[in-house]
Amino acid sequence: MMSIEVTIENILYFGAISLSLIGLFGMMMLQNVFRILLSLVLLEAGANLLLVLSGVRIGGVAPIITEGMSAGVVMNDPVPQALVLTAIVIGVGIQALALALIFRVKRNYGTLDLRKIREKLEKDIAVSNEVSAPGSYQAPEKLTESTGANQ
Amino acid sequence: MTKYTSLLFIAGLSFLLFVIVGYLPIAENPMVAGKAILGSAQQEVGSANIVTSVVLAYRGLDTLGELSILFAAASVVGLLLGKSYSTDSVKTQKSGQAKEYKQFVVLKSLDLLFPMLLVVGMYIIVHGHLTPGGGFQGGVLLAVAFSMRSIVNPGSDKKNHYSITFIEGFAGFSFILIGVLALITDGNFLQPLLGKGEFGSLWSAGTLPLLYLAVGLKVGAELAGLLFELNGEEERV
Repeated sequence: MMSIEVTIENILYFGAISLSLIGLFGMMMLQNVFRILLSLVLLEAGANLLLVLSGVRIGGVAPIITEGMSAGVVMNDPVPQALVLTAIVIGVGIQALALALIFRVKRNYGTLDLRKIREKLEKDIAVSNEVSAPGSYQAPEKLTESTGANQ
Repeated sequence: MTKYTSLLFIAGLSFLLFVIVGYLPIAENPMVAGKAILGSAQQEVGSANIVTSVVLAYRGLDTLGELSILFAAASVVGLLLGKSYSTDSVKTQKSGQAKEYKQFVVLKSLDLLFPMLLVVGMYIIVHGHLTPGGGFQGGVLLAVAFSMRSIVNPGSDKKNHYSITFIEGFAGFSFILIGVLALITDGNFLQPLLGKGEFGSLWSAGTLPLLYLAVGLKVGAELAGLLFELNGEEERV
C-alpha cells in the first residue's frame, strides 16, 4: 500500500486529472451542444496542465536565462512548455470552428439540444433520400416525445 | 442506460488515472531532449527565453504548421458563417446605433484602453525572445484591442475587413520568406540568420524576433477576424 503525500505537485496533478475528467464527464453526459463545447475546453485545459506538469522538476525555475543567474540553477523542461503553447493556440482554433458549427446548427434547426437535433437531422436525411422517416414501428411516437419534453 | 454506462466509464477511467499518477515519479522527469536544449540553446540560438528558441528555432516548422492550422480554422469559420444579408444588416445597423448611445461610458473607456493594449501587445511580441510571452500571447492582446469595440457593440462595425486579410497574408508570407531565405543562405529551413547579437539585448537571437513579430501579427489578425465573424453572427441568430 503506497501513501501519497500532500505536496504542491500532487495537488496540481490531482487538479489536472480532475479537470480533464470533469470535461470528459460533461462531454458524455450533457445534451446541450454549447455545454459540450465548454466541456471540451475544460478537457483541453486539463490535458495542457498535465503536459506542463510533466516538465516540472523539483526546485526548477522558468527556462529563461537572466542576468546574474548562477550556473547550477535547475530549469524546467522547455519542450512541454513549447508543446502546450502550440496546443493552446490550436485549441482556440478548434473552439472557434466548433462555435461556428454550433451557430449554423442553431440557425438551421433552432435548437441546441442534441436529441432534437439528431431527430431533425435523421428526418432531413430520410426526406432527402426519399425513404420513410426513421424510428422502428415498435417504438411508439408518444413515448419519445414525452421523454423529449421532460428534459 | 447510456448515462449509466458513461458514469461507469468515467469512474473506471478516473480510478485508473489516479492510480497511475500515484506511481509516477513526480517532478523528476529525465528530460532527454530538454537537457540537451537547455545546455546548447544559448550558444546555438542566442535567445534568453529557451521556450522561444524551441518554438521558433528547434521546432520552427512545427510552428508554421500550427499557423496553417489556425489559418484553416479561421477560413472555415468564415466559410461557415458567410456574409451578412442585406435585410439583416439594415436591421442590425439601427439596433447598433441605439446601443451606442446607451453604452457611452463603456465606448469612451474602450478608446482610452485601445492604445495601452496596442503598446502592451507589441511589447510582449517584440520581447518574446527575452521575457515570458511572445507572438501568440501578444497577438491575442492585439486581436482584443481591435475587436473589443465590436464585442461591446455588435453590429456597429459593418465595414469589410480587407486590412485584416492583408495583414494575415503578409505575416504568413514573411514567415515563410524568412524560412526560405534561411534555406537559400544556410541550407536549413527556418534556421536563425543575421547572427546572434549581444545576448539579452533586444536585437539578439538573429531572425527570431522577426519571426515572432510575423507570428504575432498573424495570430492577432486571425483572432480578430474570428471575433468579427462570430460577433456578426450573434446579431443574426
